[in-house]
Amino acid sequence: MVSGNIQNANSTFLRESTVMKIHYITGLGALFVVAVHVMMRLVVPFSTSLEYENVINNYRILWYALLLEIILVLISIHGFNGLRIMLIELRQNAMWEKFVTIFTLAAMLAVIGYGTRTIIIANGL
Amino acid sequence: MVYESCKGYGSETWIPLNKKTAGNDHQTVHDEGKQNVLLRVLRGDMFKKTKRSFSTFSVPVRRWTTVLDALIYAKEHSDSSIAIRFSCRMASCGSCGMIINGIPRLACYTKISELGYDTVTCEPLPNFPVIRDLVTDFQQFFNHHRHMEPYIENQYPVPREEALSEFKQTPRDIDNYLQFSYCIKCGLCYSACPTVATDTKFPGPQALSQAYRYSADNRDDAEKKRLDIVDNRHGIWRCHFAGSCSAVCPKGVDPALGIQLLRSHLMSISKTPKTLADLRKIDDDKD
Amino acid sequence: MEAFRKNESENLRANREGLKGWLNPTRYGWERLSYWLMRLTGLFLLLYFVGHVYETSSLVGGIDAWNSMLALTQTPGGHLFLILVIGTSTFHSANGIRLILAETARGLGKPGRPDYPYDAVSLNNRQRSGIWIALVLAAAAMFYGGSILFGGE
Repeated sequence: MVSGNIQNANSTFLRESTVMKIHYITGLGALFVVAVHVMMRLVVPFSTSLEYENVINNYRILWYALLLEIILVLISIHGFNGLRIMLIELRQNAMWEKFVTIFTLAAMLAVIGYGTRTIIIANGL
Repeated sequence: MVYESCKGYGSETWIPLNKKTAGNDHQTVHDEGKQNVLLRVLRGDMFKKTKRSFSTFSVPVRRWTTVLDALIYAKEHSDSSIAIRFSCRMASCGSCGMIINGIPRLACYTKISELGYDTVTCEPLPNFPVIRDLVTDFQQFFNHHRHMEPYIENQYPVPREEALSEFKQTPRDIDNYLQFSYCIKCGLCYSACPTVATDTKFPGPQALSQAYRYSADNRDDAEKKRLDIVDNRHGIWRCHFAGSCSAVCPKGVDPALGIQLLRSHLMSISKTPKTLADLRKIDDDKD
Repeated sequence: MEAFRKNESENLRANREGLKGWLNPTRYGWERLSYWLMRLTGLFLLLYFVGHVYETSSLVGGIDAWNSMLALTQTPGGHLFLILVIGTSTFHSANGIRLILAETARGLGKPGRPDYPYDAVSLNNRQRSGIWIALVLAAAAMFYGGSILFGGE
């Protein structure tokens, strides 16, 4: 007899291997773009790098705004998927799993949406 | 060194234990030449729903006394109601797994002298429901194992009579899976795994390494099926390579290695060599 | 026994170690410590990331909003927090690369014929040096970050 507790079929939208490949790729990708993002603070004297004018000037450069958007998307996917993994291991019932999936997806989209709003507005300032 | 004969437990000499002591007021083995250790056993009965508590026994030990020997001594001389499960006494049957001084170990394979403490604490394996005292229920564990289809499957029937010979494997073919076939299903890895601690659907290191063991065997051609079984939300991806399973395995199975190898096959990064079934199929196609 | 197993779903969680299973990193060696740190740093960095996205959104409120938000971080406490972010992100990145390689079976060794004392080949020095390097890099990055933040440049 095989227990009913064992997950048999893959009823999820994406296979877990696909999700985890995305997790690895976003992690590696984020590492490189965040490195560029941090290095940008060293382009101008460090103490003035966070001054409003300098920051806004960075946002006005299109490629840098795009880089920020990429960082936002990559880290949101990687971070909230990591959170999903930790939460999904805590309890095993359909309701909890559904809640975790919806919550992490919604949180991810909310952070991406909020960050994108900042990038777009700051790019036009 | 103090050597002293022991009444009631053979006439051999005692050999002093290590100096380390656990934090309690029990006398160390060096004090006045005493050679007894304090054996603490977590007791409890799931049927009677009794509250779990420790029973303590003073047990004489020698250099080669194992924790299982000590438990049997306590059962024979102090309290016959201690529930323990054991069989072979030589780390082959996998029955006497328990938490000994905080780490999952086989009682028959753990010498008290090597623990280096004069207090030995025995608790039932975590992540398994406790039946009574140190005896746990392995039903879920075996269900996960069974779910991995732990047997050789071969879809292609032997086509010709002359091919009905034995399966020949080179030593290298055998090395691919041999160490994983040494698993005695003692459950130590399952109780050490941090994912199993919270995820009841996670198959655990034992089952996953067995999925690899059969998939890596070139007599088997059901790897794809097993990869499908483990590739789900609570499957192989919930292993985070904490390595605790391999650290506690008493047989050198190294479940963590098996799981990572299986995962690399799942990601199509490495493949098992052609199976005998594949080779036979190629032969058939040529004919 | 049947009565014991009758309600299997109730027994599923019986005697599970639960959260304290992964919250205690002390029992099983370096790999378990790395697992613990990876999770904690991941959680911490996610919190920081969400906070950072919120913090930078003050840009759209103009220079005053930006400066008042910046003032909150330009304190010794804010600097210490940032040093922690530098350390955790360095560890999470370096250890993450090790884990991606290990989880695709790189640097683990090959299966063989185990012999007494049955040491696991996957818990080898290559893996452990990976963990140590991640820790050393994190410490070095924190030191460098600290010297810049508190250096008064």
